[in-house]
Amino acid sequence: MKTTLALLALALFAWPALAQDAPPTTSAKDLGTPVPQPGQVETVEQPDGGLSFTVTDESEWQDLGIAIPGFATDRDSPTAANASGTAALGRDLAQVVYNDLKNNGLFKPVGPAALPLPAYPEITAPAWPTWSNRSAEMLVQGYVRAGADGRLTVGCYLYDVQLQKELTRAGWVVPPADWRRAAHKCADLVYSRLSGESPFFDSRIAYIAETGPKDPRVKRLAIMDSDGANHRFITTGRATALTPRYSPDYRRLLYLSYVDGNPRIYVYDIGTGRQQLVTQSSNPTFAPRWSPDGRWILYSMAIGGNTDIYRVSANGGASTRLTDSPSIDIGGSYSPDGSKIVFESDRSGTQQCYTMNADGSNQQRISFSGGRCATPEWSPRGDQIAFTSASNFHIYVMSPSGGSVRELTSGWQDEAPTWAPNGRVIQFFRTERNSGHTSLWQVDLTGRNERRLPTPLDASDPAWGPILP
Amino acid sequence: MNRRIVIAALLAGTTLLGACKHNTAPAQLPPEPEPTVTSTPTPTQTGAALGTQQHFVNAVNGQNVIYFDTDRYNVDSADAAALQLQAQYLMQYPQISVTLEGHCDERGTREYNLALGERRANAAKNYLVSLGVPASRITTVSYGKERPVALGSNEAAWAQNRRAVTVVINN
Repeated sequence: MKTTLALLALALFAWPALAQDAPPTTSAKDLGTPVPQPGQVETVEQPDGGLSFTVTDESEWQDLGIAIPGFATDRDSPTAANASGTAALGRDLAQVVYNDLKNNGLFKPVGPAALPLPAYPEITAPAWPTWSNRSAEMLVQGYVRAGADGRLTVGCYLYDVQLQKELTRAGWVVPPADWRRAAHKCADLVYSRLSGESPFFDSRIAYIAETGPKDPRVKRLAIMDSDGANHRFITTGRATALTPRYSPDYRRLLYLSYVDGNPRIYVYDIGTGRQQLVTQSSNPTFAPRWSPDGRWILYSMAIGGNTDIYRVSANGGASTRLTDSPSIDIGGSYSPDGSKIVFESDRSGTQQCYTMNADGSNQQRISFSGGRCATPEWSPRGDQIAFTSASNFHIYVMSPSGGSVRELTSGWQDEAPTWAPNGRVIQFFRTERNSGHTSLWQVDLTGRNERRLPTPLDASDPAWGPILP
Repeated sequence: MNRRIVIAALLAGTTLLGACKHNTAPAQLPPEPEPTVTSTPTPTQTGAALGTQQHFVNAVNGQNVIYFDTDRYNVDSADAAALQLQAQYLMQYPQISVTLEGHCDERGTREYNLALGERRANAAKNYLVSLGVPASRITTVSYGKERPVALGSNEAAWAQNRRAVTVVINN
């Protein structure tokens, strides 16, 4: 693992010196201790004896009752994952699976606290009467075993109780510190199999943790799992941090910091805990973005008061200017195939949304629905663009050509949508009138099931990463 | 918001002309002097040293902040009057450099507001430069909507937050 990280660190820091050696950065004053990297999750190959099961009507799968009893263990062994051993860990694993489904309004799950605990042999041979008597249509059972090297093997099985058949199974080997990832992968397996959708639970979110009055507001860069667990602060709060973005491989964060007194975009390496400026220019820079393949970084820079969008290789080097108008052109979100970028510009007189090719050519306005369009974000599925209406501060979606506009939220000030990896859930932040309190919220693409994602402090500027590698 | 009256010239400095006979007090005090009308700011120093923000604010009679309409970044006539005072101060004290901070109200999206704040700061800077202040003595920084002075969520508060603030750089 350390060798791999070292090799990756070498690859990432091939930033050619632009003009001179970079002086030691003052930015180090605002960084906390480096956070641990997520470990490798290995998928265990298991023969799939399940039936194929397709659902075409969304409402049918939404009503499925799913029983999720505690995961069993072959023997209750100590594990670095917790203080009590694998038996307790089995219950915690099931609880994470249950919470994933419950908190996202998926199915009608019943969790381990309300269910009997299956014995280890039952995991692959369910005691059907136990579950059919409880009117559970689906059953999730799992096991956890501690290996000699400390790693955990977690198995996850989905059964159709009425048909008394296994639908799907999967297994993973994880370092003990990453036990929650196995639970998220189990939740993803169940969700994908029953809904036909792509997974999204095994992912992380970067955001800004906020405390204090409106002025001075303390804003710290922070990261967490998609369910809020494994929360870590990256910066200390001595300097204001804004608008972070996870790299697609989760090894770096782009964000804006005022640590040297000016708005500057930094590329922070999570493994080493060090960061570098995205450009040596002394002009103010804002709005950092990654391309979906992680090869390019977009940033917006103001020269003489006029902001335009630039692109630079993620390995450093010269920047290419993509927009060149006397208006504010800012932001930018790539289509998932990397061929186009949607961005915001006020060249028409008000904030509106535009698309262009990835090289900056063919810039076209797409927002004509009457209000102002801001913070556009292209869905990872490519079929929708989410945006903030800068007229009423509600979250909207539209097709990539600007049609089929739908309003999803109605808070006093909702802004900055970010997509779940499967393009079916949108996360945004909501500001409370007068108090200025901020919090993270999620809503389904259908507009239903708006729910808050709990965070330790106030929260803004969420950025949802892809499925973890 | 455009209601600001150009008062600085009138109140730039009042000098008291005391009749000072050191032997006898006059039977009748001379009339109160009229406020002098001057077009240049006279620094009335109540202890603030040159190089401090207070020295500058005193000299421009508190007009180190200019204000903007929603989504606008133009220097209107009230702004121009304030900036004229600031320019005169800067011409009078060539050793002083300033930072122009650009700010927005909370009713805007975060990144656009960072860019708009930068526009506002630069609009003020450009005006000062047009009055003869060397550009090398003026830096700009945008805080977008991150540093409000008025903390409510209402039009009055938002009007106070849409501003460009001139701050002396302490050496």
